[in-house]
Amino acid sequence: MPVSRAGRTILGPGLALAAALALALPAALTAGVSNAAPPAPRPATRLETYDVPNDAGHAIELVWVASPDDQPGRGSVTQYYIERSESTAGPWTLVDSTSAGVVRRTDSSVRRNTPYYYRIVAVGPGGSTPAGSLTGPAVATSSWVNTTRSSVLAFTALFFAFVLYYIYSAQAGRKPFVRRIPGIDAIEEAIGRATEMGRPVLFVPGVQDIDDIQTVAGLVILESVARLTAKYETPIMVPVSYPIPFTIAQEMVRGGYLHAGRPEQYSPDSVRFVSPEQFAYVAAVAGIMLRERPAAHIFMGSFYAESLLLAETGFSTGAIQVAGTANVHQLPFFVVACDYTLIGEELYAASAYLSGEPKLVGSLKGADLIKLTILVVVIVGCALETSGIHWLSQWMVTQ
Amino acid sequence: MKREFPLFITAVIGLLMILSFFVPHQFISVPADFFQACVIIVLAFSYFLGGANLLRVNFDAVYKREPGWPYKLVLVAALIATLAIGFAEGKGFLDQGTRSKWIYDNMYSPMQGTMFSLLAFFIASAAFRAFRIRTLEAGLLAAAALIVMLGRVPLGNVLTDWLFQLQWLPGAPHGLHLSSIQEWIMNVPQNAAKRAILIGAALGVMATGLRVILGVERSYLSGED
Repeated sequence: MPVSRAGRTILGPGLALAAALALALPAALTAGVSNAAPPAPRPATRLETYDVPNDAGHAIELVWVASPDDQPGRGSVTQYYIERSESTAGPWTLVDSTSAGVVRRTDSSVRRNTPYYYRIVAVGPGGSTPAGSLTGPAVATSSWVNTTRSSVLAFTALFFAFVLYYIYSAQAGRKPFVRRIPGIDAIEEAIGRATEMGRPVLFVPGVQDIDDIQTVAGLVILESVARLTAKYETPIMVPVSYPIPFTIAQEMVRGGYLHAGRPEQYSPDSVRFVSPEQFAYVAAVAGIMLRERPAAHIFMGSFYAESLLLAETGFSTGAIQVAGTANVHQLPFFVVACDYTLIGEELYAASAYLSGEPKLVGSLKGADLIKLTILVVVIVGCALETSGIHWLSQWMVTQ
Repeated sequence: MKREFPLFITAVIGLLMILSFFVPHQFISVPADFFQACVIIVLAFSYFLGGANLLRVNFDAVYKREPGWPYKLVLVAALIATLAIGFAEGKGFLDQGTRSKWIYDNMYSPMQGTMFSLLAFFIASAAFRAFRIRTLEAGLLAAAALIVMLGRVPLGNVLTDWLFQLQWLPGAPHGLHLSSIQEWIMNVPQNAAKRAILIGAALGVMATGLRVILGVERSYLSGED
């Protein structure tokens, strides 16, 4: 019978020793008898504990030397139990187990700054044997800096520096040049067409919640679109899939009408909460497209399988369609079914481009400069790797 | 003050969340975890706002007998009935044998499946338009798509078995075998383009985040000063 099983607490090393003897004694007594149970395995040794670096003090790594009976094919050891206690006297609690042959484990269930003692129990068909000694105290502590993320920190700092420089230089009066983005120019064209036809504009800000930055980007564009619809006195319809984007979308549309100087035209019903369920949302939006026949469909945000369902339904109504997403797998669907598509970063640039505000446009230049930096680093990295020099790629590895 | 205070909160929490990525210490990680937990609570309450809007818009349409009002009536009735049954079932409302589970299995899931299955037809119609060769780019797209599609089915390999021995594409171990060519297209040009878009998008994410944190992008605060 094993001394310890999953979920069982062992009371003290003395009792563990007695239990080991109890296991060993019957084994000795039955020695020489045919079909006797195999002896309990010899214990694992030299358990060492390390505080896992670069974390918030939630993990201790354990490394030990396997039991001499832990040999491939012998089957004397089937697994190791990792037991933990807050004092040398126990009680010992089983916290994890590994299969035979594995001599490393990370205990991620520890509390920060709490001393723990560990021991390894070798388990086999003949019983289990706790290690003769225990190891500790091991303490998990918080690190101040995650050094494996130094490369990300360096690039983030550089990026922020570039963006801040261009924002402040734009504030000083130097408006940076930004190339034309036909997809964004098409938004005004689409709204103009809806105005001529006397039909509404449909704006879909994606199907994700506000924690997806694409939804934020889509909602920021919505403000500019609402300004245009207010200017042209064209109704706008915004079905939203999550409640927080819904409240923000209401603010955006209201703000757009306010900025256009026509707050009285704002209708609270123009922004509607539909459903966070993907296909329920698709059904609702497709229904709006087919029943209310908007002349312009603008899809800006994060989309998944519904991208083609929406864009193809919209195409069948003959509406002018402009889409933008950074979800790479949905881009081909939008490219096929829409008149204009904003690809990846263009979605994030759209609000700056539409507003024309120098400070916002300045941030685009910062992004361009860091892209150039990344390009140079990629080329240098390729050259170094080809030459057998790996420090740059190793520095880039993060945890 | 009505604008400055939200901007201040956004800046402080935004910078804290960025910092928490680089500083795992509890002085940063504990408040960062707390704010992330707060998001869940805020989200739960925001559903009341969403639900209220849904009911108001649809009740209004039913009351005014707007076109399609019977559908809206069905929507409101289904919403109220599902909610009421869910509350009546209490904890474990989605366990086997409950009425909520029955609604989920026999109404909700089939309706979701029906909408999703439409995708097959839409993909066919979209592909028909995409592969019409009118320009050089459309021609390249159609050729690449043809190779990838054929290369992923046994027929493609059967058609090109006779070219099996030729070696001319770098990294293509089976020469002109269609499966190798499609693999090369997917791994090299497709992957390169995809990564370029992803790098650009990631920088766009950072730029947008920075604009919001610094208060340069403040349209989400509405137009009131």
